[in-house]
Amino acid sequence: MPMRRRTFLKGAATTVAAGTGLFPHVWVKNTGLAYAQGGEIKVGVLFSLTGTTAIIEESLHKATIMAIEEINAAGGINGMRIVPVEEDPASDPATFAEKARKLVLSDRCVSVFGSYTSASRKAVLPVFERQNNLYFYPTLYEGRECSKNVIYTGAVPNQQQDDFVPWLVEKFGKRWYLIGSNYIYPKEENNYCKKLLAELGAEVVAEEYVPLGHSEFSSVINKFRSEKPNVIFSTVVGDSVVALHRQYRAAGLDPETMPMASLTTSENEVAAMGGDAAAGHFTSAPYFMVWDSPENQRFVEAYRSRWGGDKVTHFVSEPSYFQVYLFKQAVQKLAASDITPPTIREAIKGEEMVAPQGRVRIEPENLHTWLWPKIGQCGSDGQFTILKQSETWQEPDPYKAYPNQRCTADGLKEV
Amino acid sequence: MLDIAAQFVTGLSIASILLMVALGLAVIYGTTGVINLAHGEFVMLGAYGAWFAQTFLGLGLIASMPLVFVAVALLGLLTERSVIRWLYARPLDTILATWGVGVVLQQAVRLSAGGELRYVAAPHILDVSLDLLGVSVSAYRVFVLVVALAAFAATWAIIYRTALGLRLRAITQNREVAQAFGVNADRVYSLTFAYGAGLAGLAGALVAPLKSVAPEMGTAYVVDAFMVVVLGGVQSLFGTVASSGLLGELSGFIAYLSNDTIAKAVVLLAVVVLIRFRPQGLFTRRGRA
Repeated sequence: MPMRRRTFLKGAATTVAAGTGLFPHVWVKNTGLAYAQGGEIKVGVLFSLTGTTAIIEESLHKATIMAIEEINAAGGINGMRIVPVEEDPASDPATFAEKARKLVLSDRCVSVFGSYTSASRKAVLPVFERQNNLYFYPTLYEGRECSKNVIYTGAVPNQQQDDFVPWLVEKFGKRWYLIGSNYIYPKEENNYCKKLLAELGAEVVAEEYVPLGHSEFSSVINKFRSEKPNVIFSTVVGDSVVALHRQYRAAGLDPETMPMASLTTSENEVAAMGGDAAAGHFTSAPYFMVWDSPENQRFVEAYRSRWGGDKVTHFVSEPSYFQVYLFKQAVQKLAASDITPPTIREAIKGEEMVAPQGRVRIEPENLHTWLWPKIGQCGSDGQFTILKQSETWQEPDPYKAYPNQRCTADGLKEV
Repeated sequence: MLDIAAQFVTGLSIASILLMVALGLAVIYGTTGVINLAHGEFVMLGAYGAWFAQTFLGLGLIASMPLVFVAVALLGLLTERSVIRWLYARPLDTILATWGVGVVLQQAVRLSAGGELRYVAAPHILDVSLDLLGVSVSAYRVFVLVVALAAFAATWAIIYRTALGLRLRAITQNREVAQAFGVNADRVYSLTFAYGAGLAGLAGALVAPLKSVAPEMGTAYVVDAFMVVVLGGVQSLFGTVASSGLLGELSGFIAYLSNDTIAKAVVLLAVVVLIRFRPQGLFTRRGRA
């Protein structure tokens, strides 16, 4: 089915292009079918500024807007300005879908940057697939998705875990306690983690999920005490992360012998739990605020001078920033009359740039991003110390936990 | 054996937080009959009060507790004077009104203090572990337990050993007769509501160092608080203690044996079944109007 729809759309696009060639003034002026006109390229910015996830999405919004401002200040894309159309989906998946429809259909944005949660991405997905538009998604997520209408610039499980898990097994031991919040993301991460642990001959002593927003971890901590795992692998999210770390510390457990290894604890959560509670624990991510590179220094300084000296950058705001530049690079390669979502998708395949975290690249097969995973240990000052960076950039494989499936340029393949 | 002792102590600690959060609600609901859905927001305001005192006034948690109690109590008084007092004759409408108050408070905090999670430090001297029943337990959790019991004792003394408490009990039994005897019911209700709100604020300040502080934190607490009060029996203070102890131990043990997701479901189910067969709750006082 998708093949047939795509063929149809291609045909339609050709017809339109032919029409534009013959009667350019009719099409461009009256019906506004061209995406780039009057020296402007409209893009949607779809991050929640109100509601429960506004806390984090506000920083993604700021990083996106800053990148757009920078590009425009430097002369835009081939002399055209990027015009952001901002919408507030209020942390509600249904509103996400509604606003996405507005951005794509009535504002005629050529691409949209947005979403933090998987729930909101899943909600807008049908809109972008049906209209064959493009969605840029900056968050690390659980993988197992293969859409031709989403550019994924955050990490998938294999990128965060391939270095992290063997490193922890070697350094701390083979008894692992998996704890996560009770929804899809932690379960998929743990699926992949269990696969890696089995290959390393390590043992999962418990796998446990707490309700979203849970804040009473004393029973869980008693289980840590009685099971005595070597590593606590945590995919607990949101304010539960804060409660878990604080109660772990209050209970007097020792990160030296039983560290928590997390995929979700960023500078944001650490600021809320206090450096004392975070000290000694590990996080794996492609980006940390302290990462020492000229690009990151420039990014952090620009962010703070634009939005305030106390602001932090983190592993979701960084992709929010660089993905706008990747968009720019792709559009730059196109003639103004050729700028459409499908041509941008083709142009962005294989596109590379030096992001704050290092050189990144869009994988042509699955539209995910090659990234540089790092292992950080938190100090009592609330900042991470980077202990290890992967030797090479990591290929994104959203189906790595499922060896019989593979995401290719033609869609999901069973092998 | 040690595991069971450890889990028992854990249950006590969970129970002390439940008691602290539910006590204010028990006082308000049990005496005025107002179903205060803004209770969770008073808890949240208490937590933000502790954060404010720590960040802007440089006060430690213990020093800020009386301040938080007074501030949230005053806000409770204001709420009662401006909204609740017009609705005593319409108890069902108080649900909608207090829910609205809760939404307003939540958004007001989000707009003024920002949406991000906030950090409240635990007092430094309580940053150690104690030995309780042969189990090592965080001193801060013991402190919460002590404060909860003290708050309960103070509440009991106010209701059963002061003139205000006597008037309050009289009004609860029969408002008209009490008023005929010259009791100023409006004033007593205002004070009761303010006291209950103050207790909620105190609870918020107490949980802040253990959990996270965010504008929507109140929602979870209001559910817990209602569960405790309804299970314990609406007008029984001792019922509140007993049911928070029961719920704390139950959820702690089930979470230990299986996990927190199951514990939450089982505890809610148990409460539903119990209410079905004993709608008045575990403990009831005779002599209700």
